[in-house]
Amino acid sequence: MNPTRDMRRKVVSAIVSTVCFLCAIIVILPLALVLFHLVRLGASSLDWNFLTHLPKPVGETGGGMANAIVGSFVLVTLAVLVGVPVGVLGGIYLSEFGSLRFKWAVRFAADILNGTPSIVWGIVVYALVVMPMKGASAWAGGLALGLIMIPLIIRTTEEMLALVPNSYREAALALGIPKWKSILHIVLKTARKGIVTGILLACSRIAGETAPLLFTASGNQFWSHSLAEPIASLPRQIYTYAIAPYDDWHRQAWAGALVLILFALAFNVAVRVITRGSNPPLAK
Amino acid sequence: MMVFVLLVLIGWELWQGSELSLKKFGWRFLVRSDWDPVNGNFGALPFVVGTFVSSVLGLLIALPLSVATAIYLTEIAPGWVRQPAITLMEMLAAVPSVILGLWGIFVLVPWLRDHPFALLQKLFGFLPIFSGHIYGASVLSAAVIIAIMIVPIITSISREVLRAVPDSQREAAFALGATRWEVTRLAVLRSSMRGIFGAAMLGLGRALGETMAVAMVIGNSPDISKSLFAPGYTLASAIANEFTEAADDLYRSALFELGLVLLLVTIITNILAHLLVGAVSDPRQTLHA
Repeated sequence: MNPTRDMRRKVVSAIVSTVCFLCAIIVILPLALVLFHLVRLGASSLDWNFLTHLPKPVGETGGGMANAIVGSFVLVTLAVLVGVPVGVLGGIYLSEFGSLRFKWAVRFAADILNGTPSIVWGIVVYALVVMPMKGASAWAGGLALGLIMIPLIIRTTEEMLALVPNSYREAALALGIPKWKSILHIVLKTARKGIVTGILLACSRIAGETAPLLFTASGNQFWSHSLAEPIASLPRQIYTYAIAPYDDWHRQAWAGALVLILFALAFNVAVRVITRGSNPPLAK
Repeated sequence: MMVFVLLVLIGWELWQGSELSLKKFGWRFLVRSDWDPVNGNFGALPFVVGTFVSSVLGLLIALPLSVATAIYLTEIAPGWVRQPAITLMEMLAAVPSVILGLWGIFVLVPWLRDHPFALLQKLFGFLPIFSGHIYGASVLSAAVIIAIMIVPIITSISREVLRAVPDSQREAAFALGATRWEVTRLAVLRSSMRGIFGAAMLGLGRALGETMAVAMVIGNSPDISKSLFAPGYTLASAIANEFTEAADDLYRSALFELGLVLLLVTIITNILAHLLVGAVSDPRQTLHA
């Protein structure tokens, strides 16, 4: 035993622990700063007018982002219509049917799709929908967001179904219940909360996506009267306003960002409330 | 089934879209450095370089911070700190890219320009990478924004990897009289290297495809510069900015080809990452990050 060496080892250990602690603080710091600036710069411009009025032309102060807020909801709804059925069915297939090797391949492909940059989805949908239809539309934007949702939902659904004990399935089969019925009424019911959580998380992720909307939903300074027209969306509006050279627009971009992040946080809280109420095997 | 259809669809559409430019420039597209829409001259090199430099720099900044945070959260932090800290990380991951970009333009970049960048230039100004005029919007600013965006994913995957190390290994090391850091270094980190490397690759995959926030702070200029303080461009941000302006077919097709390059690069990175991470811990848990 060498006391000085032991001392040194203890000191090194303490230093490293402190450094790790400081790193954790540094990592959290940007979040705190972003939220702080959002509230400081956004709250003052966030009023009833902002939520209920259309954007004004450059030079006039006032106006709001009502159309963009509604537009974002429309787009997310369309995306859910595309993404949820395909995603959930795909997840069911992966967990309940299919050969092992094929499942491995699908899972791998889904993971690759998850890692695909969202801008790539944007140009794919552009080639697929916007060019043939000769113009950006809410449909195209919703489709782009929906396609992004599919692999996310497939994976979470599959995970949640995998948590349902096999004995449930066996019990159902032993009672002579057809497989589809047991999946629908027993397996899905047990995993319902987890699947809903996955869908909400996917929604909150796509609600903030800007890149795939740039040339699919495009933007619109007015109300859209049909889904075949370009439609405004909150992230896209923030982007346009942020890079524009007008102070009044910057002010509005902050307010829009505050609204967007409040939605994202609301989704997150909703997810937390749902998971808290679920039975232990389904809680993450 | 749909998944495969989608994967093929992406590849096919991008291939189709970029056919014109593929035919015209061939594979030299990748090494040409002109980007001149007016004369119909296109080369992807500035974007490939910009993407690569900003992502790798971002990763270099993010990786030590993330691994240290993951170590803190699994090995050091008292129990009551862990859950709130993890929640905060998830919130950081949930901040939309465009909001981070907005904050980047108006808060982060001016601060970086006036303080850290000026300091770096004063100390290391003789190095070519820190030379030249400081505009603010630059490759280095983009790297910082990218680092902020990929820290949550690297941290959470590293955390999974560290947690996958059996407690008995830690206990054995403690029993031998090791200090906390020695336990972490010898019993935990050594067996997690591969998984952490995989986490870094996944982070890199994210970084390569990051579009909006980068487009907002990188300065968007298709030049290759020695200095990190000079504005640059990335594959993703070029598509985002120029796609709507692309008036003729060749221009558009060149942008499609940028997308194709981006897709291939991210697919390769992701495959590597999944092979590395999947071998260490249950892939089911790592996905959630």
